[in-house]
Amino acid sequence: MPAEKSRKKLTLIDKSISYTLMILLAIFFLFPLIYMISTSLNPDELDILKRMGSIKAFIPSPASLKNYSDVFARMPFGRFIFNSVLIVSLTVLAGLLVNSMMAFGLARFTFKGRGLLVSIIVALMIIPFETIAVPLLLMTNKFGWLDSYHVQIIPFIANPFYIFLFYQFFISFPKALEEAALIDGASWFKIYWKIALPLSKPILASVAILHFLMQWGFFLWPLMVTRGPEYRPLPVAMQVFFGQYPRDWGDIMAFATMMTAPVLILFVVLQGQYVKSVSQTGIK
Amino acid sequence: MAKMFYEKKRGFKYAFIFLLPGLALLITFIIIPFLSAFYLSFTNQRLISRLPIRFIGLTNYKKLLDDDLFWKGLFNIFKFVIIVVPLQTAFALALALLVNKRIKFTKFFRTVYFMPTVTTMVVVAVIWTFLYNPEGFINLFLQKMSFGSWQPVDFIKNENWAFPAIMFMSIWQGVGFQMLIFLAGLQEIPVSLYEAATIDGANNWQKFRKITLPQLKNTTAFVIISTTILAFRLFDQVKVMTDGGPNAATYTVVLHIYNMGFKRQYIGYASALTVVFFLLVLAISVIQRFLLKEEREVS
Repeated sequence: MPAEKSRKKLTLIDKSISYTLMILLAIFFLFPLIYMISTSLNPDELDILKRMGSIKAFIPSPASLKNYSDVFARMPFGRFIFNSVLIVSLTVLAGLLVNSMMAFGLARFTFKGRGLLVSIIVALMIIPFETIAVPLLLMTNKFGWLDSYHVQIIPFIANPFYIFLFYQFFISFPKALEEAALIDGASWFKIYWKIALPLSKPILASVAILHFLMQWGFFLWPLMVTRGPEYRPLPVAMQVFFGQYPRDWGDIMAFATMMTAPVLILFVVLQGQYVKSVSQTGIK
Repeated sequence: MAKMFYEKKRGFKYAFIFLLPGLALLITFIIIPFLSAFYLSFTNQRLISRLPIRFIGLTNYKKLLDDDLFWKGLFNIFKFVIIVVPLQTAFALALALLVNKRIKFTKFFRTVYFMPTVTTMVVVAVIWTFLYNPEGFINLFLQKMSFGSWQPVDFIKNENWAFPAIMFMSIWQGVGFQMLIFLAGLQEIPVSLYEAATIDGANNWQKFRKITLPQLKNTTAFVIISTTILAFRLFDQVKVMTDGGPNAATYTVVLHIYNMGFKRQYIGYASALTVVFFLLVLAISVIQRFLLKEEREVS
């Protein structure tokens, strides 16, 4: 924004071109989502197929929630939601604790090998999950972990990138308060819990958002480690349902809407925080 | 005195408890699996097997050289990178410039543009499969735009169209994320640079070329590298939409790793694929960092 300050006021032509472009782009980014919602509200499968190639597909005229109740009737949908929410929330919460603790340990103490440890964390960031998926599958299979919640949680708690984000934050903020507390006889854990963490709300929020998004959409790993519906999270359940023929598009879109709408609403509400989190991924 | 007391309490003895959980998890679930991929790639390890594991030297790597599907997957990924990375980067920059204007409602539009990025890829793939139907909305749109001369195609099942269709959808989904990163970069450019340029009588295009672009070098480098690596990891949308077909037109390396390691349970061979995949990712990011750095130093 400051970039524009020096310029004279935008002319009317400039403005109208900008708005036209922005509106067209908004349509481009929104139409698939609107399509998803309007199709999910159409109870008549034949009508969905008839309309899918016309602008009428975007208007849910005989709107009903039949597809939504169908989804619950056709599969243990509540279970899938429960699985996803449980897996994601436990991973993110444990992740916040473990990753911030490790970063605190690296940022606040001086010991031999500290620098090396930080470099190792940075180096680990380059390893994509895909390169450890296969050996991890072998390992967790040997542990007897397949088809469980913990196989989808425990390996994804510690994350070098989030440790690094916390580390950057901790080294940049003043230590005076902590030093005073230490002299007053507070333990390090108390300092971490009562001083460092409460001051870290912005970075906690950023990491939580990034971790949440990654886990919520995680597909490759649960596809390999869940067999039945019992521990299956939403993305895999979606893919399994999508693979059943004949496809019932109304039900599929109702499923998609239920999986997407809460997250979309959450992010529209938290949009300022989301923008900040993403910007932070850029400082590498 | 106080300082000394403080220093005394900063040794490893005190740090250890903070490092322990993170270290244990990183070692168990990242470092050990990562290193064991190298080891496993020289063995005939299966997921479940009663036969003893044998060292088979470079057999897996030799097999990989003759594996047409691996090469097809690699070729597709390079195709994806060459087409998608420049398009998506340029598009993201254009979006960022647009919502960075000092006019009303830009926050609203910014929010709309990033909505696809918070939508799970599996869901995105499902919606677009519907849109890409031969009688679906994309065909209708192209027909209207071309005044009826467009012949409807079954994008997903057509060998020539399936991959471009997935590329287009991937850009739709991912560009908002890069836009936000560019936006952060734009907001860090000092206003004084533009003010000075205005005094010197520079026009908007000159300001963009001489100030905005050079100032965004680091951001652009980051966006290019991260988009390239995302392209290498291409899996979700391909698995859901085409499962690599038709005729391997959308096959990718990660899909191959999945098929070999999980479906056929050839852990040894999949590990060899994994090692090669990792070395490629590493090489690409080192080369890109190097090239972009050179450029930065020159300018």
